[in-house]
Amino acid sequence: MNLPQALSLRRVVTVRFAIESGIYIAFLLLCIALAIASPFFATPDNLLNVALQSSINALLAFGMTFVILTGGIDLSVGSLLAVGGAVAAALMIGGTPWPLAAIAGLASGTVLGFANGVSVTAFRIPPFIATLAMLSIARGLTQLITGGRPFTGLDPTFTLLGQGSIGPVPVPVMVMIVTVVISWVVLRHTVFGRSVYAVGANREAARLAGVPVSRVLLGVYVISGFLSALGGLVLTARLSSAQPTAGVGQELDAIAAVVVGGTSLSGGEGSILRTLVGALIIGVLNNGLNLLNVDPFIQPIVKGTVILVAVGLDQLKTRVAAA
Amino acid sequence: MNRKRVAGLFMACLFLVACSRTGGGSSGAPSAGGGGATASGGAAGGGGASTIGLALSTLNNPFFVTLRDGVQSKASSLGLQVQVADGQDTLSTQLGQIEDFITKKVGVIIVNPVDSDGIVPAVQKANQANIPVIAVDRAANGGTLASFIASDNVQGGKIAGDQLVKLVQSGNVIQLEGVPGTSAARDRGQGFMQAIQGQSAVKVVASQPANFDRATALNVAQNILQAHPDIKGVFAQNDEMALGAVQAIDAAGKGGQITVVGFDAIPDALMAIEQGKMAATIAQQPKVMGETAAQTAKDLLGGKQPPKDQPIEVKLVTKDNVSQFK
Repeated sequence: MNLPQALSLRRVVTVRFAIESGIYIAFLLLCIALAIASPFFATPDNLLNVALQSSINALLAFGMTFVILTGGIDLSVGSLLAVGGAVAAALMIGGTPWPLAAIAGLASGTVLGFANGVSVTAFRIPPFIATLAMLSIARGLTQLITGGRPFTGLDPTFTLLGQGSIGPVPVPVMVMIVTVVISWVVLRHTVFGRSVYAVGANREAARLAGVPVSRVLLGVYVISGFLSALGGLVLTARLSSAQPTAGVGQELDAIAAVVVGGTSLSGGEGSILRTLVGALIIGVLNNGLNLLNVDPFIQPIVKGTVILVAVGLDQLKTRVAAA
Repeated sequence: MNRKRVAGLFMACLFLVACSRTGGGSSGAPSAGGGGATASGGAAGGGGASTIGLALSTLNNPFFVTLRDGVQSKASSLGLQVQVADGQDTLSTQLGQIEDFITKKVGVIIVNPVDSDGIVPAVQKANQANIPVIAVDRAANGGTLASFIASDNVQGGKIAGDQLVKLVQSGNVIQLEGVPGTSAARDRGQGFMQAIQGQSAVKVVASQPANFDRATALNVAQNILQAHPDIKGVFAQNDEMALGAVQAIDAAGKGGQITVVGFDAIPDALMAIEQGKMAATIAQQPKVMGETAAQTAKDLLGGKQPPKDQPIEVKLVTKDNVSQFK
C-alpha cells in the first residue's frame, strides 16, 4: 500500500489506540485468565479484596508517578509511610483526638517529602541518593518514635479508615479512587501538571520556556511524601497498629506499579491511570497466586518475571519506535 | 504499549495458569525437608471444608519449616488438605493471605502471627466468616481463638536462665530479644528474668532486640561486646540469634570464653553444642506443635471443642543429652 493509504487518519487513530490501551487489554486478559483458573477470583467479594489489598501500594505509586514523570525517583516512600503511621499512632495513644493525629501524620510525611525536594533542587543531590538517604533517616525516625515496638490500642473510629466500608466499597478503595481522580485532574488540566511533563521530557527546554523547574521538582517530592504518609495512615488503620517495620521494601512495589503501568523511568511520558492499572496488576497477581495456591517459594519468581517481561517489552517498543 | 506487551503479559498469565496445575500438587522447589505429602493436591487452590489454611509468619526459619511439615504430615494422615502461605514477616502480607483463605472458604485457619497485636483484624475477619482460628507459637491478642498451641515459653525461658546462671556462676550477662511484641519474645524474656531475679550473683547488663534473626544478632552482639567486653554469658531468645552471637564472639577473639544459651534446638544449634560453641538450648517440639494443630483442626471440623490452651512441653538440651535430639 502506498503512503497516503498507510497514513489514513482512521488507521493512525486505531494504531495509537491499540498502543495506548495495550496495558488495559493486558490487565483484562490477566483477569480473564485468573477467572478461568480459579472459581474464587471473579466473585465480587474477592475483586473488592484485590482493590483493597492494592490500595496502599496504589497511593504510594501515585506519588511515585509524579516524581518519575519528572525523571526522578523516590526511594523513601516506604519509610515515609512508616513515619506517617507512627506519628499519628503515637499522638493518638497520647490522647490527641484522631483527626488532629492524622493531620500530624500527613504533615510529617509532607515535611520529609519537602526535605527530599530541597536536597534535589537546592543541593543538587541526585534523586536516587537523596531519597535513599531519606529512606534510612525516616526509618530511624520511625524506630525512635515507636521505640522499636508496635503501637496498638488505636481509636476505633480511626481504624474505620482501613477497615470500614461505604456500602460495599471498602474505605481504602474509596480513598484510592478519590486520589486517582484528583491526581488525574492535576496532571492533565493544571499548569502544574503540564509543567511536570515538560520538566521530565526536557528539563533545559522547560527552563528556557519559563517553567519554574525547581518549584515543580519540590512540588512532586512534597506530593510523594504526602501520599506516602496517607498510605501509612490507611495501613495503620487497616492493621489497627503502627509497626516499626511497616513499608519496608514497599518502594520497590510502588516503582513496579508505575513501571508496569507504562510510565517511562526517564520521565516525560506516562499517566496516573496507567499507574492505577499497574498497581491493580500487581494486586491481582498477588491475589491470584494465593488463590491458586502456588508454592510460596515460586511466587516471588513469578512476580519478578512478569515485571521483567513487562518492562523489557516496553524497552523494546521504545527502541523499535525510535529506529 | 503495543501488541508485543499485550502478548508478553498474556504469556505471563498462561505461565500462571500452568503453575496452578503443578504448583498445587508437588512443590516444585525442593524445600528444606519438605518431604512427604504436600497435601494440597489436585484442584487449583480449591477451598472447602476439608482444607486447612496455614498462614506462617515466615518460611525463612527451620523452626517454622518443621512446624509446617508437622502440620502437613498429620493432616494428610487425617485426610485433610493444607494450603501454606508464607507471610515473609510482613503483617500486611499475612492479612492479605488470610483474607484470601477466607475467600476460598477454607475449613480452618491455623495462623502463626507476624505480630500478636497486629493480627487481630485478620482474626476478626475470620471470626465474622465463621471460620475457626488456631494460633500456633505466637498468640493473637484479640478476636476469638479456637485454640492456642505453643511451647510453654515462660517455663523454657526460666530453664534457660537457670542453666546460664548455673554455668556462669557470677558476673555479667546479656540477653538478645526476639521480635518485640510477639508473645514468644515476651514470655521467654519473662521466664529468663524470673531465673535472674531469683539470685544476685549474675546480672543482666544489656538486653537488646535482634528480631529472632541471625544476621541482626551478629551485629547487635558485636555492638554490645564493644560496650561490655567483660560479659560472661549470653541468653538468646532463639537459636538463630544465639548462632549470630557465637559468630560475634568468635570475631572478637573470645571464642570459648562466653557461655551462650539459645532456644529452639535447631540442627545448627545442636551441632554448635556438640562442638562446644554453645552451652545449651531449649528444645521445643515444632513437629509436635504442627501435629497438634492439625489434630485440633480435625476436631474442630468434626464439631468438637478443643482446649483453649495447649502448651507443648519443652526440654533442656546440653552436651550430655544432645544426641537424643538429633
